[in-house]
Amino acid sequence: MKPVHYYRCLRGIVWREALRFINQRGRFLAALVRPLVWLLIFATGFRFVLGVSIIPPYQTYIPYQVYIAPGLLGMILMFQGMQSSLSMVWDRETGSMRTLLVSPLPRWYLLTSKLIAAVIVSVLQAYVFLAIGYFWGIHPPHRGYFTVLPALILSGMMLSSLGLFLSSVIRQLENFAGVMNFVIFPMFFASSALYPLWTVRQANERLYYVCKANPFTDAVELIRFALYGKFNLEAFAVVGGALLIFMTLAILGYDPGRGLIARRGGNE
Amino acid sequence: MLDVKADAASRQAVGSPDGEAQPLVVEGLSHTFGERHALRNVSFQVNRGERTMLLGLNGAGKTTLFSLITRLYNHRSGSIRIFGWEIKHKPSEALARLGVVFQLPTLDLELSVAQNLYYHAALHGLPRSEAGARLRREIERVGLTDRLREHARTLSGGQRRRVEIARALIHRPKLLLLDEPTVGLDVASRQFLLDHVRMLAREEGLAVLWATHLIDEVDADARVIVLHQGRILAEGPVPEVIRRANATSMREAFDNLIGERSE
Repeated sequence: MKPVHYYRCLRGIVWREALRFINQRGRFLAALVRPLVWLLIFATGFRFVLGVSIIPPYQTYIPYQVYIAPGLLGMILMFQGMQSSLSMVWDRETGSMRTLLVSPLPRWYLLTSKLIAAVIVSVLQAYVFLAIGYFWGIHPPHRGYFTVLPALILSGMMLSSLGLFLSSVIRQLENFAGVMNFVIFPMFFASSALYPLWTVRQANERLYYVCKANPFTDAVELIRFALYGKFNLEAFAVVGGALLIFMTLAILGYDPGRGLIARRGGNE
Repeated sequence: MLDVKADAASRQAVGSPDGEAQPLVVEGLSHTFGERHALRNVSFQVNRGERTMLLGLNGAGKTTLFSLITRLYNHRSGSIRIFGWEIKHKPSEALARLGVVFQLPTLDLELSVAQNLYYHAALHGLPRSEAGARLRREIERVGLTDRLREHARTLSGGQRRRVEIARALIHRPKLLLLDEPTVGLDVASRQFLLDHVRMLAREEGLAVLWATHLIDEVDADARVIVLHQGRILAEGPVPEVIRRANATSMREAFDNLIGERSE
């Protein structure tokens, strides 16, 4: 297998993911409506309840919807990441995972390609959200639209690799509801997506440390800073580290010699 | 290091990879899931231009065997060589020579027939132009050229299976595996598949391993492997297996073999 084979394979996997996404218009709308509901309804209702003081990277007082925009971008990436993991479990149950894994290219490469495809789709969604958000008072500096891209990609990779890892552990599709309850919601609420962490600290010190330890907080902060053209080293390091850990676990999970597939066997 | 040596030695035993090597050689294969023995010391080979029917009841170990040959997970003892390439150590070389039709339908119903086939070609690293020519040829041979642009969802079960056979051949494998491909198909679709695969073996020298629990599918000019509770009870050309089992038909031979085992 030469590099050109690797390239064609990646292109094919990305192309399939894009086609699937376009063909499922309902999925596209749902993925967009979710953060918009938060932005248009939740943020409007809460703007007078929660006062956000000046905290980096902001230089002035900001309306609440501006504060939660990065958190909602993170939400898009997380849901998309979990959605692609859902499709992996689905793929495995329906067997189309098998067609992927009999490709002669190395398995880690196939999984990484799958991840990249999912991230491309979710980053496109994030930009559509930013475009709509513009009309709702979310006006980051112009260059912020460019500087946020690497942050979206890295955070998207981290959250999708978490999804990929979960998909290697989840045996059946039914268990996915559990993932929603035990992974997505806690990660989202115990983070800086909806409220700055200093407000959490005032309310409950222990919860503050939970939020601090949550890599989703770092993903949100990485995006928040990048959207204003700034680089948050701590957030970058945590997101990068979490990506490496989740990806390693995912590759081990799908390893033919070690993973759960090997221990439990196929469906006899 | 040991593995490499063992691999080299095993390759020498069957000639260099490809060249004169057998399409599929399974030797001393055992596999367990916890306490359960799914396969016990299974050895057989599949030859060029021959159809080998793997006959066994549900739970005989057919799916485990297919999962190991397609490297869904690794085997722990014994060896599986595809054209001389041990699947555990050289998965890329082995899988490139293998075409598979899985028991479960695996077409992406959200995509068109052509898109499904292009996707498979990409997974094997084929350029798009070449993939186009190959997939048109394969889809024509299964008589579905006019359905190429349609969504896979609009196809009947039998048509989907035919597309899956076409797909399995796009990267021109020399060994084709089919895991109970006729389950749930009507009589005409089933006959079409049997005839098509027979033609592929006869005219193109394709080596075929076809798993089934339907004795009717085992015809006189095929080879048969009878698998029961993870063990091979008989192997050889169908007439010979029937004779050795003191039977007059494959059904009787199968019953005799299974009966001996259960007594």
